[in-house]
Amino acid sequence: MAKKKTIEEPVRKAGLFEYAPAPESPAAAGDIATSYGHFIGGEFVDSSGSEALKTVNPATEQVLAEFAQGTDEDVDRAVAAARKAFVDWSALPGSERAKYLFRIARIVQERSRELAVLESIDNGKPIRETRDVDLPLVAAHFFYYAGWADKLDYAGYGPNPKPLGVAGQVIPWNFPLLMLAWKIAPALATGNTVVLKPAETTPLTALRFAEICRQAGLPKGVVNIVTGDGRTGAALTAHPDVNKVAFTGSTPVGRAIAKQLAGTRKKLSLELGGKAANIVFDDAPIDQAVEGIVNGIFFNQGHVCCAGSRLLVQESVQDELLDALKRRMATLRVGDPLDKNTDIGAINSAEQLARITALTDAGEAEGAERWSPACELPGTGFWFKPTLFTGVSQAHRIAQEEIFGPVLSVLTFRTPEEAVAKANNTPYGLSAGIWTEKGSRILWMANKLKAGVVWANTFNKFDPTSPFGGYKESGYGREGGRHGLEAYLDV
Amino acid sequence: MSDTTFARLDVFKTYKLYVGGKFPRSESGRVYEVTDAKGEWLANAPLGTRKDARDAVLAARAAVKGWAGTTAYNRGQVLYRVAEMLQGRREQFAAEVAVSEGIGPKKAAALVDAAIDRWVWYAGWTDKVAQIAGGANPVAGPYFNLSTPEPTGVVGIVAPQAGYGHSLLGLVSVIAPAIATGNTVVVAAAADAPLPALSLGEVLATSDVPGGVVNIISGRTADIAPTLASHQDVNALDLTGAIATDGPGAAPALEAAAADTLKRVVRPELDPFAQDWTNAPGTDRLLSFLETKTVWHPMGI
Repeated sequence: MAKKKTIEEPVRKAGLFEYAPAPESPAAAGDIATSYGHFIGGEFVDSSGSEALKTVNPATEQVLAEFAQGTDEDVDRAVAAARKAFVDWSALPGSERAKYLFRIARIVQERSRELAVLESIDNGKPIRETRDVDLPLVAAHFFYYAGWADKLDYAGYGPNPKPLGVAGQVIPWNFPLLMLAWKIAPALATGNTVVLKPAETTPLTALRFAEICRQAGLPKGVVNIVTGDGRTGAALTAHPDVNKVAFTGSTPVGRAIAKQLAGTRKKLSLELGGKAANIVFDDAPIDQAVEGIVNGIFFNQGHVCCAGSRLLVQESVQDELLDALKRRMATLRVGDPLDKNTDIGAINSAEQLARITALTDAGEAEGAERWSPACELPGTGFWFKPTLFTGVSQAHRIAQEEIFGPVLSVLTFRTPEEAVAKANNTPYGLSAGIWTEKGSRILWMANKLKAGVVWANTFNKFDPTSPFGGYKESGYGREGGRHGLEAYLDV
Repeated sequence: MSDTTFARLDVFKTYKLYVGGKFPRSESGRVYEVTDAKGEWLANAPLGTRKDARDAVLAARAAVKGWAGTTAYNRGQVLYRVAEMLQGRREQFAAEVAVSEGIGPKKAAALVDAAIDRWVWYAGWTDKVAQIAGGANPVAGPYFNLSTPEPTGVVGIVAPQAGYGHSLLGLVSVIAPAIATGNTVVVAAAADAPLPALSLGEVLATSDVPGGVVNIISGRTADIAPTLASHQDVNALDLTGAIATDGPGAAPALEAAAADTLKRVVRPELDPFAQDWTNAPGTDRLLSFLETKTVWHPMGI
């Protein structure tokens, strides 16, 4: 390998890249109650049990609220409410269901600042992202599926396709409200009713969404929210009166759910882990590629299942690209999620921070070279510096396992064939990136990559009209677009 | 001129497995007796083993690249060629279907005709699937965005063991849609009615279907199906013929085994015995073993 050029340790020159703090007001999140129960049958209700969990602000480690650990009985009540509501909801003309969803989309837009701030506080992600990405996509998703509700005859699933019944939905903590939208919007548009369990570290926006359902006048029981940890999720997915299970989260849990559902008639869709390759060829526009790489792995602290966590760079441009990437990484601002200038917020939980730390330690122990820009981290809260590993081999854990943090593993290749082989050398198959100016090579690569979403000369773009989901052990079924209806129809 | 007349002795067929385009005996060296509805001996079929199933998965995996990579037009012509070859052996298959399902010759011949027509139906689908299952997505931004269906890979199929027409028409109805879209398959033939399946291998071998695209194993479902369900290199599992109510060959056990590798699973019908394979197939099976790939590219100058 060519001798590496020395990288000048970037210095943030005083005055050049200094920003005054530009904090969003936490008060904009609205009132956060000290404790929450569930939302069942259109009412906020207490749990049948007494166990409560706490959700903390990961940037400050302060407790935001207590919420109920959903019991089997709670789940039972919620499923019963959804079952009862299904009778009328599924019989409602699609055009009327559509209007409820349009209402929800509009109220989300109206309350988007509040929701964006609340999401940032509960999750740790930067306000710039919740404001500019999560919330606009949430509203767009409801708006998109609203329009399908009275057009299902034309969706390509035969005439008058039927809903499945009660959908049990379990979502992760990385995009709490967006994942809620991805689950609830298509389910309701197709005439199902839902019981949704948000993640145990990020329940607040789902509970706030329950208020929006009330404002929209959504019939009672059509949407039910039951909070709790994995035990509540397991009770929901196992419930005999649930007809459809949708899960987004880790591959091990997805596997367990698939096993749990074996032999039942429940329909299942799974959106699981990933270890995407972001592949940069020597003719790629380097500056654009660097932006794409940064967006690919540092967006949302790398808490993204489709994150471009493996950078595959063509050997001839390795030095040039890594120099530019390191310069760019040195300008990333890590800190207060509510500061509008923040690029990288807080790691969602102590548990996730421990996992990232363990995997990056393994990276060093296995011989990869670690680099992070000089960067001060706040004294309290959960933080991790944007991190780069070079000299990574395909066998390293950091090249195989999903880290789910701001950690990029760099591998090299010489030929397109080698890039494809390395990119596909993973049990996952969620996403991939290609950076080259040569159109025929983009299409050749896109054809060969085993990934459900391929971003060429861009990365981490999402749209309600665009199907999202994985190959292989990244799960099955698609969310978004016409394809996303299939998971909620009896077809 | 002989003054003694002999009835001519028929030449029996040695039924063999169909793996990687070849006709091996089972590695076990064992066979089992296939009988008609009255229990009369018809033939010996190879008693396929787990090892035979694993060999077949290897062959199927090796064939994926070529078959998925060929043009949809070409795949359509190959499937049509299967129909042509089957047409030429109509009488043989009618006889095998009649004894396999215990039905009269007229009904059996009609089922073979329907099987031939089903190949023609799927032959025409190969170059149309992408247009009904994919398309442009109007994203809110300056991007070209296109979704296309791709084959899932290797599909393990537990062939239909029940329902009217299962032995050949049912078999064709599960194999043809899977390979039409570019998958390759390993089929656990119906244990009690393997003869049409093993003979179909002979038809496929003379129909320009590349070796390994379809592999057919006869034997006990409880031996072969669990191997397919748990195999790391099988991407999807069609449990249509998993009619056992318990044991390792029952659908719940197979689906649970498939969960370890997150295989896409098609469950059996609630009542597989009530299934009538002459019903119009629709597009369900055609769309069951596809992955949607969505490609984004910015628009700009």
